[in-house]
Amino acid sequence: MDKETFIEQLREIVRPYAKNQEALATIDLSTDFIKDLKINSANLVDVILDVEEKYDIVIQNEEMERMLDVQAAFDIVQTKLSEK
Amino acid sequence: MNNRVVITGLGVVAPNGTGIAAFSEAIKKGRSGIRYDEQLAALKFSCQIAGMPEVPVTLQQQYFEELELKQLSSSGIIYGVIAGMQAWADAGLPLTGDTPDWDSGTIFGAGSSGVDKFREAIYKVDDLQVRRLGSTAVTQTMASGISAFLGGKLGLGNQVTTNSSACTTGAESVLLAYERIKYGYAKRMLAGSTADSGPYIWGGFDAMKVSTFKHNEQPEAGSRPMSATASGIVPGSGAGALLLESLDSALERGAVIYAEVLGGNINSGGQRNGGSMTAPNPAAVQRCIVAALQQAGVQPGDIDLVNGHLTATGKDAEEIANWCTALQRKGKDFPYINALKSMVGHCLSASGSIELVAVALQLKEGFVSPNINCEDLHPDIQALVDRERIPEQLLYKDINLVAKASFGFGDVNACIILQKYLQP
Repeated sequence: MDKETFIEQLREIVRPYAKNQEALATIDLSTDFIKDLKINSANLVDVILDVEEKYDIVIQNEEMERMLDVQAAFDIVQTKLSEK
Repeated sequence: MNNRVVITGLGVVAPNGTGIAAFSEAIKKGRSGIRYDEQLAALKFSCQIAGMPEVPVTLQQQYFEELELKQLSSSGIIYGVIAGMQAWADAGLPLTGDTPDWDSGTIFGAGSSGVDKFREAIYKVDDLQVRRLGSTAVTQTMASGISAFLGGKLGLGNQVTTNSSACTTGAESVLLAYERIKYGYAKRMLAGSTADSGPYIWGGFDAMKVSTFKHNEQPEAGSRPMSATASGIVPGSGAGALLLESLDSALERGAVIYAEVLGGNINSGGQRNGGSMTAPNPAAVQRCIVAALQQAGVQPGDIDLVNGHLTATGKDAEEIANWCTALQRKGKDFPYINALKSMVGHCLSASGSIELVAVALQLKEGFVSPNINCEDLHPDIQALVDRERIPEQLLYKDINLVAKASFGFGDVNACIILQKYLQP
């Protein structure tokens, strides 16, 4: 999966959680879920569950801990998909 | 500190009406909110009728963010937030900005919280999917979920808590809020209570055989307080909310005042002398009513209207006898009687607050709501109270003083005295 496709799909996944909808329009690999999109930290687990569902993958605790921005999410999802 | 306390806002989500306007019209017309429930029938309940409020998604969207609704499956929180925020708006209070309102809090009761959410969580845990519970399994199933939701939405900076005392919960929340304002710890308290809907709440009552199984074909005639053919409760749900405020604060704001809370009493029969986990000790009920009158500084002879607990079980006649003893009044001398459960069923932890909303409306507008389904009055009640004191038609009449009581499992009682407030 290319970067642009992933970002488009991720944008839709995080849309209901993002308090900053303007930042949502311009997300790129450097976008931080909490600092930039103002997602409530408690909702990060919901974002991860939605990502798991979308790509039919399972993200481990250690990976969850570092899945705080779009780049990390992209790397983790890419790795999981290549392992399938 | 000894502040006078008044009611300046009301909100309600009841089986026969959501919102004050709809509810007020329904109780004046004697409209039942009891319906046949296909889910209960499919689950082979003995009692297949229930009182469930209507809360369409478009209404929920006015009170909850899209994200909240995405994960929300606690009906009690939905009802309580809608009723609570209605009461806040009805009182003319603003939604605060960045600073909490340090002078306002909430005591919003619940019998249990988020049973449907809890069920989802239990299935996932047992399926080794604890990691998939999401972020809201705790906040929707903690007992204080309802007060936590309201506290956040309204920016409350005073006490934010939930009380729980079975079917006394609603009346108790109002008395606890009253005390907090009376003693000067808060200027405004959002009091009220909520009760979840559905088979996982009502199943236990069905199993205990306290729910009626004789009216599945005639839902609206099913809840029959004081009737000779009363055969058990009709389970209900919903929420009632009352914004309590010091009289000084209300006058300062120029708020509309529904009624004054003069006082009340909360006690327990200790599950002794006829009292048990599920039945009230009559001496405790009488003592609660007498103490409420004393605390409010009111003579028994001055009570115009009794809003009873009156659940449509075999205990209604005993309750009326307790009122007669406590008030030392009977026959034609007995006050008018309200049995709101005839229209909404037994809304359990929400019953007291929904009934107190009905009381506040009757005081403000000057009417006595009709009692339905008691055309065949129980002979034991007929022997105690004149038929005319149990109106079956709407009466427009100035009401000055109301005594409202609620009783709950655990042998707990609460009685509140409300008075009309003559606004200059």
